[in-house]
Amino acid sequence: MLKKSLHGVRVPHRKNTSEDKPRRINTPAVVNIPMSMHIGAPAKPVVKVGDDVKVGQLIAEADGFVSSPIYSGVSGKVKRIGDMLVSSGGRVPAVTIETDGKQEMLEGIGPPKVSSLQELLEAVRSSGVVGLGGAGFPTAVKLSVKDLSMIDEVIINGAECEPYITSDTRTMIDDADLVWEGIELLQKYLRVKRVIIGIEDNKPRCIANFRSMCKPGCGVEVKALPANYPQGGEKVLIFNTIGRIVPEGKLPIDVGAVVVNCTTLAAVAKYIKTGIPLYEKCVTVDGSAVRNPQNVIAPIGTPLKDIFEFCGGFKSDPQKVLYGGPMMGIAVPDLEQPVLKNTNAILAFDAKDAKLPQETSCIKCGRCIAHCPLNLAPADIETAFRLKDAETLGRLKVNLCMECGCCAYVCPANRNLVQVNKLAKVMLRDYQSAQRAAEEMLKKSRDAKKEGSK
Amino acid sequence: MNNMTVSVSPHIKDKTNTTAIMRDVLIALCPALIASAVIFGARALLVTAVCVAFAVGSEWVFEKTVKKPSTIGDLSAAVTGVLLAFNLPVGIPLWQAAFGSIVAIVVVKQLFGGIGQNFANPAITARIVMLLAFSGTMTAWVTPQIPEVLSNLFGLSAADASSGAADAMSSATPLVLLKNGETESLPAVVNMLLGYRGGCLGETSAVALIIGGVYLLVRRVISWHTPVAFVGTVFLLTLLLGKQPDYQVLSGGLLLGAVFMATDYSTTPSTNWGRVIFGIGCGLVTVLIRVWGNYPEGVSFSILLMNILTPYISRLTRAKPLGGVKA
Repeated sequence: MLKKSLHGVRVPHRKNTSEDKPRRINTPAVVNIPMSMHIGAPAKPVVKVGDDVKVGQLIAEADGFVSSPIYSGVSGKVKRIGDMLVSSGGRVPAVTIETDGKQEMLEGIGPPKVSSLQELLEAVRSSGVVGLGGAGFPTAVKLSVKDLSMIDEVIINGAECEPYITSDTRTMIDDADLVWEGIELLQKYLRVKRVIIGIEDNKPRCIANFRSMCKPGCGVEVKALPANYPQGGEKVLIFNTIGRIVPEGKLPIDVGAVVVNCTTLAAVAKYIKTGIPLYEKCVTVDGSAVRNPQNVIAPIGTPLKDIFEFCGGFKSDPQKVLYGGPMMGIAVPDLEQPVLKNTNAILAFDAKDAKLPQETSCIKCGRCIAHCPLNLAPADIETAFRLKDAETLGRLKVNLCMECGCCAYVCPANRNLVQVNKLAKVMLRDYQSAQRAAEEMLKKSRDAKKEGSK
Repeated sequence: MNNMTVSVSPHIKDKTNTTAIMRDVLIALCPALIASAVIFGARALLVTAVCVAFAVGSEWVFEKTVKKPSTIGDLSAAVTGVLLAFNLPVGIPLWQAAFGSIVAIVVVKQLFGGIGQNFANPAITARIVMLLAFSGTMTAWVTPQIPEVLSNLFGLSAADASSGAADAMSSATPLVLLKNGETESLPAVVNMLLGYRGGCLGETSAVALIIGGVYLLVRRVISWHTPVAFVGTVFLLTLLLGKQPDYQVLSGGLLLGAVFMATDYSTTPSTNWGRVIFGIGCGLVTVLIRVWGNYPEGVSFSILLMNILTPYISRLTRAKPLGGVKA
């Protein structure tokens, strides 16, 4: 039996900045570019301290298949190459560039030659584009499908279900042509029959825009989706557009679907059209502590403090600053953190909004269960986690949790359910690997016994 | 600047919290409380006040004693107090009401870990304890007289207006009359709806309880599944058995139980299918006791019995995770 839609929550929209055309910020004095802004191996720097770099110049190359090259968004001099502390708490290598303010473009930038699938994938790899919706998975890897006949549908993700964020909205308004060119590239080289653009219905302008571009027989359809968080989650979007369920441990391609974020696709199309790689980002700046919320375009590596400064500074002391939206965003420890490839918003909240609610006892109301889009039982997962019962965690499928935050959002006892789920996943992984190791040892000793008895 | 808050997502929350939910339940209980005062007189308010005071007080004292942070602010103890009072006859000695409240909070709720941890409904379990301990006073029913204004308004005959009993004091409840087959002595349906019939002080006014239930549904504090399944099962079964389903539904503590007790969060299933099963189970046990058991009423026992089955029902009705593969 197919359910019409998955659970979720109605979050406030707060899309205050959707009508603002993004403005380019003043060139920052310094940019810090981490080598790890994607899933996979960190990129390898190809510049040395003291080198002059220009806008659009390669500063680090992809290190292996699942990796991505990095380009400079500023002109200036490389000041430092070394580790920096990032929001995940770890240290990653980074390139620091002192800008000269001239913003000179690298000479010789031109569109790459693309006439086959192989050349397309090569171009996508060189563009430095990764999943810009937040995940940061290298786009070239996602599009490297073994067998093209596996793809039934490509879904363009324009849901943008997080509160505040409007950078995808701006892409769909300002760069709709690029998105469309990207779709045509996919149709041509990946031989995609059906393309679906999924957009939440709180963005009627974007929906109308793309509907007007769809000609009969063009193989593209626009699907207006209810504004129900987490509509833009990959599995949720696949279910709500084509009604298919991605099984545990499988990828969307296993059910015939490829999901590409609209801004990601526009960035790919831009590179193939002009040769300009990904080195700057449109970022939504909003939140209760920001004086002038707006969309800005900033070079990757720009410290957040420069962006907030460009937006008129703070109305009140920022107590919490996020990469991304309030449902899944990551809180940063300080304002020196840079804009990353997959940064689509930076939000700053005042003390009132940043106040952590008091956690009280679970009252077993079942709201977390009723709202989980994946039908998990967060309350039961929490109990099993506290009992260190990894076996039950496995049965409860905590590994499927995408950490969308619906459970914690609705919890009347303010339980930190997402945090528990993250920890429970680690507990389950450790348990499973320990079990595999034990089984292997058992097998080895059995084999040894067999040998001995011969 | 260096002391910015870093915490795990999500960074926003909706407005619900435990206190707001319990406050909604208290608001939903207000119509029935007012009805009880009108029907049974000011003593109904006194009994309720004593129960609430001792429920909240014993929670405070217990938590102080075991050095736990006080949870009386979440209003759940107050809800338990009101619910227990609603399950007592209006003439109950006050010390017995106080005793019941302490049993509910200390023995049934706090000894199992406090809010959310108890497996049995505190008010119901305490009522059963009191029924066994004080069987005399717990079954000393008062049949209230319907005021003339109301009886004229609904055009009731003099016989109906006297609620079927010549003696207004300590007479049988409709359930006892049903059980003994004295159907000709039953009060009129209007009396049953308004609450002018023998019974516990908060359970008699069907209209007031339904108003409270609708409020809880609108505020999304409860779902419709349990009350509908519970009342529906009792109605259908007694219809099949020819036992006057309309009176069965309006008698005893059925509506109070179905709306306010069988929907308690910690002691009932948290899945919608589980709630349906829970409701059907409660209805089944209630009818079995009412029709074939020794007691005239079975709502409390049915809910307590199903409370015990709740963990199993929850586990069996857990939804399949989306895309989950059996290990």
